[in-house]
Amino acid sequence: MTETPVRDRPARERTGRSVGRPIDRVDGPAKTTGTARFSAEYPYPDIAYAALVHATITRGRITGIGAEEALAVPGVLAVITHTNAPPMKPPPPVSVLNLSSLASGSKVNYLNTDEVHWSGQPVAVVVAETQEAAAQAAGLVRVTYQESPATVDFAGEQGNATPQKSNPLQQGEGHKGDAEAALAAAPVSVDLRYTTPPHHHNAMEPHATTAAWDGDRLTVHDGTQNIGWLRTALAQRFGVPAEGVRVIAPFVGGAFGGKTMVWAGTVLTVLAARVTGRAVRMTLTREGVYRTVGGRTPSAQRVALGAGADGRLTALIHTSVTQVGRVGGSPEQVTSQSRHLYDAAAILVQQRIVELDMLSNTVMRAPGESIGTFALEAAVDELACELGMDPIELRMRNEPERNPIDGKRFSHRMLREAYALGAERFGWADRTAPPGSMRDGRWLVGMGVASAYHPSWEMAANVTVRMSADGTVLVRCGFHEMGMGGATAQGQIAADALGVPFEAVRVEYGDSDLPTGPGAGGSAQTASVAASLTKACEKLRRSLLALARRSAGSPLRGARPGEVEARDGGLHRAGHPGSGESYAAILTRAGRPFAEAAVGSDTRAGTVAGQVRFMSKFLMDRRRWMKAACGAQFCEVRVDQDTGEVRVSRWVGAFDVGRVINAKTAASQLRGGIVMGIGMALSEETLVDPRNGRIMNPSLAEYHVPVHADIPPIDVCYLDEPDPTMPLGLVGIGEVGITGAAAAVANAVHHATGRRVRDLPITLDKLL
Amino acid sequence: MAEVRMRVNGTARSLDLDPRVSLLDALREHLGLTGTKKGCDQGACGACTVLADGERVNSCLALAVQYSGREITTIEGISAGDRPHPLQTAFVGHDGFQCGYCTSGQICSAIGMLAEHRAGAPSAVTGHLAATGVPLSDAEIRERMSGNLCRCGAYNGIVGAIQEVAATEAAR
Repeated sequence: MTETPVRDRPARERTGRSVGRPIDRVDGPAKTTGTARFSAEYPYPDIAYAALVHATITRGRITGIGAEEALAVPGVLAVITHTNAPPMKPPPPVSVLNLSSLASGSKVNYLNTDEVHWSGQPVAVVVAETQEAAAQAAGLVRVTYQESPATVDFAGEQGNATPQKSNPLQQGEGHKGDAEAALAAAPVSVDLRYTTPPHHHNAMEPHATTAAWDGDRLTVHDGTQNIGWLRTALAQRFGVPAEGVRVIAPFVGGAFGGKTMVWAGTVLTVLAARVTGRAVRMTLTREGVYRTVGGRTPSAQRVALGAGADGRLTALIHTSVTQVGRVGGSPEQVTSQSRHLYDAAAILVQQRIVELDMLSNTVMRAPGESIGTFALEAAVDELACELGMDPIELRMRNEPERNPIDGKRFSHRMLREAYALGAERFGWADRTAPPGSMRDGRWLVGMGVASAYHPSWEMAANVTVRMSADGTVLVRCGFHEMGMGGATAQGQIAADALGVPFEAVRVEYGDSDLPTGPGAGGSAQTASVAASLTKACEKLRRSLLALARRSAGSPLRGARPGEVEARDGGLHRAGHPGSGESYAAILTRAGRPFAEAAVGSDTRAGTVAGQVRFMSKFLMDRRRWMKAACGAQFCEVRVDQDTGEVRVSRWVGAFDVGRVINAKTAASQLRGGIVMGIGMALSEETLVDPRNGRIMNPSLAEYHVPVHADIPPIDVCYLDEPDPTMPLGLVGIGEVGITGAAAAVANAVHHATGRRVRDLPITLDKLL
Repeated sequence: MAEVRMRVNGTARSLDLDPRVSLLDALREHLGLTGTKKGCDQGACGACTVLADGERVNSCLALAVQYSGREITTIEGISAGDRPHPLQTAFVGHDGFQCGYCTSGQICSAIGMLAEHRAGAPSAVTGHLAATGVPLSDAEIRERMSGNLCRCGAYNGIVGAIQEVAATEAAR
């Protein structure tokens, strides 16, 4: 097999000196020398360790707890259960007016109730002087239960699914015309059923918390994707002022949605510290992560497509059933992309939900679209075969001018261009259409293609920017670093906005003492921070100009803002080289050590105002535009003709993600999404015992995430055309990479073998 | 309690440990060397990879007491003073990580892997088990590094970084 060198398409030269460049991550040295501290790595004198005890029944009540043996283990400090835990306030009801109410992973008030709601729910926490003692003692806590009947079988419960409710953020259903009638009348059609299994995030860093109380003040190190939500939630649960709760999370060891909500481990570490008066650390076991942190819902989907002989779609139907826990969960937008991708004359999308006695599901990289694009894009491939048409040609014939379901304008859409770019780089023209027609010795070779799609979002972010008299810049915002390279990208943005070298900018993040940042979710963090950061830089430039123009000695005396540009470390009259002065000179003459500008406020009124601004902008935007990232995924597989082993041998992903801020980190993030998509296609599956809802493979040895040997060189390219409605024209890139990926693999497997596998993952038993 | 004496990153250390303490926990919780990561604590992810007398081991599956008298090298000990190890530099240049949690293990594993390759050890994708001078192709690196998971999916960058360092070493 030939190796294709990976080359990233360089971003075109832009006016900015930093934005677009493939700058090395600023935290690279810390991460490659082991000095980057993650949440279980903060030293505290006299620290104690905690371990969880998990329920062994699915649903019922605790009738007794025997802690004597556990307490007898040398070094054990406490066995905390519902019989002795101090009261905590239950999680607040979910409200769109208070987004932090979404933070709670489940409605359960852990250790404040004798009720058990899923197999694996924490029922006790053991605190000890050492990890070894805590783990041993946790195994000695004897819990007796009275069991109640439980409903846990997703496949068996689908007849009882109920329609998903719509809210301002998500819609459960939608239609245009009579799609069922159009389907029945269509000359060519497919009507197909797909299933996807539950998945787990499996971030390399297991969830871990270090917590220390000082009176009613609390310091928490926790690898969270939402510092603001975690702070509010802990203050609410423990009845202390939020101002006294500090959350520190500068490095998060991967998250992918699994660290968005506040899960039991975090709350119970804080509780253990409260009870024992010690600093307490708890690193969940890998099994503990599976038992207490939700994963991606399984899905059952129907996609039906009707078309004329010319390939124009007359009907598109996409319906889904997914699950939530009876104690919470996030309904998935499985049909989201099906509202936007194809110009079908009639459309029906509908999502249904079953409630099970299992841990809440939660968001995982591109919730909705990652599994929704699998079914839709595999079905489009099947229709192309029915029509005897090239699958790219079929997509291009149905590429819409306006948002198909409601006629809204796209803010920006270049899917055609993405396909053209990708097809050329991949060599799509060399593909021969009949399945099984391309071979290389014993290997059956297949090429598949699918569309990627993910909506773009923008959230509220508070930011301050400070220019010091030495010419250095400090950006402060409590955003999150799980691997996206946020500090690097925001540093590049600030450097260009202020006309200073990238090296002059320092970015502080990952701490609730900083201005509150957006959560890291919805691929929205970079755009959200960038929007506020560019505004703050503009304010800062104006206030620095105001200082200069009042000063008799300044070459900028009397200059108006419109005449001045930021470059070369200062402000200059536009078009007149040497007609300005450096920021350092302005500040020094004014006798100021620094100047600072802020966007957003963390006062109570400021927080409410920020939330109102966010919701109104969001709703207004949604009325006017459809905004999204999209792309074309090209996959080549080789399938062993005898064993059915599938190897992904080549990949090209061509994306329309607006402007790219950092060519290096952006490519890595898109590539990472594709890698997770390959896992979803070929190996990833959380196995649930249908009798009791217990996860049967809660480990990295039995849940197969892709390893080095599974991943070929992945060629990622992008168009780098700014979206005119987004800050700096950038569209989120964290999630679009996983979308379409599993369908591209499935379509390639069909091309290689002639076999359609509609139930993920495509393991070799399904090909034999 | 058991007394454990070992050299860690060139320094003699003596610890009085519960015999159940893993080499990983000894490093992280008792010596404060938190650069070595706990990903699964059951030998399935490689985040805890360190070098014992130059050979890569999953430190979570090793009891510290078994390593008495051995020379342990962790991510904190691979640089030459202020000069980073070539792999550390190459990982940054090739963007061979995102969140950084698997990185220490990947780098230590790569050091051990390159030594194994130099010593002529074959892998599952080596054509001839007795062959000598097997070129370190991308496929060889991927096979030999497959015990080190990266959920962010930085595999291409990791392979690129290792290739760069291997090529530099070979040229010497």
